[in-house]
Amino acid sequence: MHDGALDSAPGRSLGRPLGRLLGRSLGALARVRMSPARVLLLLALAALGLAIAFMTVGANGRWGFVLPFRGTKLASLLLVACAVATATVLFQTVSGNRILTPAIMGFDELYRLIQTGLVVAVGSGGFGDPRLRFLAEAGAMVLFACLLYRWLLARGERSLHLLLLVGVVCGVLFRSLSQFLQRMLDPNQFVVLQTSFFANFNTVHPDLLALAALGLAAAGFGVWRLVGRLDVLLLGRDEAIALGVDYRRTLTLVLVLVALLVSLSTALVGPVTFLGLLVANLAYRVMPTYRHAFVLPAAALVAAITLVGGQLILERVFALNAALSIVIEFLGGLTLLVLLARRAR
Amino acid sequence: MIETRDLTRRYGDTVVVDGVSLRMPERAFVSVIGANGAGKSSVLSMISRLLPMSAGRAFVDGLDVSATPGDVLARRLGILRQEHGVTARVTIRDLVAFGRYPHSKGRLTEADRARIADALAFLDLEPLAERFLDEVSGGQRQRAYIAMVLAQDTDCILLDEPLNNLDMRHAAAMMGLLRRAVDERGRTIVAVLHDINFASCYSDQIVAMRDGKVVAVGPPEEIVTPEVLRAVYGIDVEVVTVKGYRTVFFYR
Repeated sequence: MHDGALDSAPGRSLGRPLGRLLGRSLGALARVRMSPARVLLLLALAALGLAIAFMTVGANGRWGFVLPFRGTKLASLLLVACAVATATVLFQTVSGNRILTPAIMGFDELYRLIQTGLVVAVGSGGFGDPRLRFLAEAGAMVLFACLLYRWLLARGERSLHLLLLVGVVCGVLFRSLSQFLQRMLDPNQFVVLQTSFFANFNTVHPDLLALAALGLAAAGFGVWRLVGRLDVLLLGRDEAIALGVDYRRTLTLVLVLVALLVSLSTALVGPVTFLGLLVANLAYRVMPTYRHAFVLPAAALVAAITLVGGQLILERVFALNAALSIVIEFLGGLTLLVLLARRAR
Repeated sequence: MIETRDLTRRYGDTVVVDGVSLRMPERAFVSVIGANGAGKSSVLSMISRLLPMSAGRAFVDGLDVSATPGDVLARRLGILRQEHGVTARVTIRDLVAFGRYPHSKGRLTEADRARIADALAFLDLEPLAERFLDEVSGGQRQRAYIAMVLAQDTDCILLDEPLNNLDMRHAAAMMGLLRRAVDERGRTIVAVLHDINFASCYSDQIVAMRDGKVVAVGPPEEIVTPEVLRAVYGIDVEVVTVKGYRTVFFYR
């Protein structure tokens, strides 16, 4: 599925200059040793500048139309940026691994299974109220995560690695199930279904944004309460327990928050696998501290810069209203390969 | 004070710790010795609530470790484990500052900073304080972790092989420091040691384990004898007294 999409997309020709531009500016940021607060301020200014540019550049028409139209798009980009970046950093902190993303837990595959199941059950036309569907999707994914974590963590000394493996197996199961269901669809419905498998920032329903923002705020509050404990979790399970962190409770809480954030973003625009990996690792590089109070907002801002900047360049410079997600996934995939290659050495 | 009652750990049918009942003296250096797989680390892990016990109980300062909230225990008991894996870029000073977490919950006060500086000085880490953990040697990292445990400022400290990665000079210096922590600061230190001679020269009490059971407990004079060591390790050794300390020759 991915291959076909890449062939028709501008991902390959655009990926490199965009990546070089990003890499160079962020590399420059990393070389000068600045205080974490200043790095955060610079990132915020960059994000703000891009957001303003996104709203105004090339706007010829009635503002009454342009602003709400672009505003919706901007809001969805920012929401996804915050959710994906936070989820990835949290997940990497508790798993003690910087090349994993929450996608390993099978969330993307569950999303595809739910989509497929809906098309099979209701048909491609009548999905009903989009808000209801959004809630159902997000709810199903959070429920799945809670059940999985409760089942695995309730029995005491189960390791995190076992949890990850079960996630991988569930992912394969969901994929097989949805492929099985897809074989029974008629070709027209399948095409409709396939479009929902790629992240799309252009067709977000305004009603959903409010719901998603509410969920994001709730998750954000939860994360903010956990920030100090997250720092300790960086030392690993044993040290965290030694320093008095209730490890199992904190781990469950963090994983449920990750599930909530991932499901929000996935239900809003579709699966974005590699964006989190890209922005989390960029955030680790530009932030001169390990502290989550700085790393989390930095990752969210880097994600916002990547998404809004990327969309701006795609729309205005290259005059292509094409899929941003594919470019981002391309860059993210590249990041994964670079990280893997570096580790191997 | 650390106490265990019938501490037991099973994996399926395999018993790795078999009814260990101990009462560690206060303000003392206690070494735990024994062959690989004797259950030393498991006992320490259970006392430090890192490993659930299959049966039995453990107490720190009279508090049952399975029933006491983690943060309460963290102000009384410091732990050092064998392996560490930090993925983040953390400096030695940051690491030592984590030792204050049970007291400050991440918001360092002036008193916390003083403790951190004190622990860094105690382990001679000041020149390295701003170095990242992945940029220092294994021995320096080991010392940084010990400094973190000392900064935690607990009465009891459990150390699983604190001499790991240390050369002769640093191993001796480390044992001297731990001895000083007991003598000058009144800490109780329980350490798993593989070097019987270090255990003999620095301990107030030695706990000898074999196959999950405690074989012998006592001061070095009682434990470091050919008979007891044969029972513990299953080899014949020669015990020589050097400068008043019982040392073991087992190399050939």
